Amino acid sequence: MRTALIGLRRDRGALALSFILPIGFFSIFAVIFGGQRDTTPKISVLVVDEDHSAASQSLVRDLEREGSLRVKTKPEPKQGTEQPEYTAATAEAAVKAGTAPVALIIPHGFGENPISFGAPNPNQPTIQLLKDSSDMIAPQVVAGLLQKVAMTSMPDTMAEQGLKYMDQYAGGFTAEQKQKIDAGLEKLRKRESADQQAGSADSNRGMPIPVTTRDVVGENKNNKMVSFYAAAIGVMFLLFTASGAGGSLLDEAESGTLDRVLSTRVTMGTLLAGKLCFCVLLAFAQLVLMFTWAWLVFKVDFPGHIPGFVIMGISTAFAVGAFGMVLASICRTRAQLGPLSTLVILLMSSIGGSMFPRYFMSEAMQKAGLLTINAWAIDGFTKVFWRDEPISHLWPQVLVLLAIGVVLSAIARRLARRWEYS
Amino acid sequence: MAAPVSIPSSLLPLRVDGLIKRFGTLTAVNGITLELQSGECLGLLGPNGAGKSTLIRSIVGRVIPDAGLVTVFGDRADSTGARMALGWVPQELALYPKLTCRENLESFGQYHGLPHDALKTALEWCLDWAALTDRAQDPVKNLSGGMKRRLNMAAGLIHRPKVILMDEPTVGVDPQARNRIFEMIEQLRGEGVSMIYTTHYMEEAERLCDRIAIIDHGRIIAFGTKDELVRNAFASRSEVLARFAKVDDSVTIWVKDRGGVLENGMARFTIEHANEIAGLLDSASRAGHELADISLRKPNLESVFLHLTGRELRD
Repeated sequence: MRTALIGLRRDRGALALSFILPIGFFSIFAVIFGGQRDTTPKISVLVVDEDHSAASQSLVRDLEREGSLRVKTKPEPKQGTEQPEYTAATAEAAVKAGTAPVALIIPHGFGENPISFGAPNPNQPTIQLLKDSSDMIAPQVVAGLLQKVAMTSMPDTMAEQGLKYMDQYAGGFTAEQKQKIDAGLEKLRKRESADQQAGSADSNRGMPIPVTTRDVVGENKNNKMVSFYAAAIGVMFLLFTASGAGGSLLDEAESGTLDRVLSTRVTMGTLLAGKLCFCVLLAFAQLVLMFTWAWLVFKVDFPGHIPGFVIMGISTAFAVGAFGMVLASICRTRAQLGPLSTLVILLMSSIGGSMFPRYFMSEAMQKAGLLTINAWAIDGFTKVFWRDEPISHLWPQVLVLLAIGVVLSAIARRLARRWEYS
Repeated sequence: MAAPVSIPSSLLPLRVDGLIKRFGTLTAVNGITLELQSGECLGLLGPNGAGKSTLIRSIVGRVIPDAGLVTVFGDRADSTGARMALGWVPQELALYPKLTCRENLESFGQYHGLPHDALKTALEWCLDWAALTDRAQDPVKNLSGGMKRRLNMAAGLIHRPKVILMDEPTVGVDPQARNRIFEMIEQLRGEGVSMIYTTHYMEEAERLCDRIAIIDHGRIIAFGTKDELVRNAFASRSEVLARFAKVDDSVTIWVKDRGGVLENGMARFTIEHANEIAGLLDSASRAGHELADISLRKPNLESVFLHLTGRELRD
């Protein structure tokens, strides 16, 4: 026991893995799922009021009062200039672009008959809920809150609609009326049963406010989350691969091979560039394999997105390759590299969205995630494979990943000076 | 300590001038100056920690000296030309264990920028020289210790340098493997290669080297051929080695009073004539010190080192 304790005390890596990593992970999960009031994530929802009736304005107003929602009726001002309100088309484009996971379109004529009970009236205009189905949470929450707002913020409408319903189906509770009520209830039951069989798309039509839900992103995808996880898991393992490949530098330093190499015409700059190229190629090959597997087994449309994949793949591979070089340059020995890379990569992956989507996280954590390679890479691959965005839309992710790669390469070069000469 | 410079430095394979290297408060190399003549094998003989490896690493450009200059055929040691002319065999096995012998040699040849044909020729020569042709496709990790040593040497020679720096190439090998390495070095010597050979084994220096620099605490304390070194230290005197049955403080004092050195229970004296042994025996007997063994021998490099430093080479 004594020797084990002494061994543990002198092995900083094992100590870090034993005590720091669990605390780090616990803290991250606690912040993400702990429900702290000031960090609870708000859901962005774009609202388009085409009706401009008293009822629709009341509905929008009360949605804006909802603490869990961040309602936007128009885009953020550009260079100080106010932007026009969203239309159905611009809101749909914004959801496709990932500005918000959900948009609500309140149609013309909504105010004439905002709430209904019983069977839907095919002629009655219904609110459209446009959603990005890569976010599994937001559309459900918005749909639920919409009904809640209807129940709590429009009591007069509710009463009016209730009386209408009673007048339509009950009357004076005569035998004939009873029969009508039964018939109405039967219709409701049938409607509910039909909704369950039809799936979630129409499940809100039986609610006080009829809602039609439509996927505007990924509606034609075979498997909604596979492309996300191919990128998310892929990037995490890329980081591990790159740190392992970068570790060959430490192996060479420890064995004395590095000294011998540097005594030839090879300079440290050339050597690092070579190692970086290897890391980048390895990481890119790993991504190709991951997405090919996703295509063959999970029907992700890989062949249809080759250009975007290549651009994102090279950018991501460059960033993770440079990351691997920095880790190797920081460490003194291979034994140090193992625990340190595990610690850093797992923390980056949890914050950056490789383990679970960042929309689960609080706003602060989502912003913190932008400090990681994972978040930028996943966002880029999501644009390519999920949102089908054109290559020109990838520039923020590509630029950031390339910048990360350049900065980390420069840091690695600087740190590697210690190996150049004694 | 260096021989007088009579040859233009551009023709000298190697010249080290006033080299100083400090690591913190430790001065590992303290003002060493030496010249390597063409076709010469110059031995650096000294105990572990004497500064031999630091000197070699300074020559090969892996250590930046605090002062002094190293030139290879007149070029600064860090120039491309000097790097191509220098071949370094480090003390550690600096090889890629997962690569085969051939792949290792190919890699180091490419690092030196050898063109394809030259690399191919050099590779075959190296494999043959190291007697590893039949193991060329074996990964290094599967080789014996002696084979790894030979490959380590071959990797330093893949670019066929004119000046070779061998840093204790026989460390950790058995006598048979050591003899094979000696044969390899003698083959190089036969080809006229200039070489610096560091060792703390006197026998190696005596067998392989034309001239020997004895190094201690970062300084060259003696320089010359083996005969010159012995003659300078002992003239025509011989060495008497005496082992006592029991060694205590009185023995230590007695040895010191008689001008001898006591190391590991063995007393060493120098005498001009063999008949002085009788006097030593008589004196020991009268002092009550029982001698277990006594012998007379001609001084060697070990004796020179002990004479100059008061310590044994392998301390």
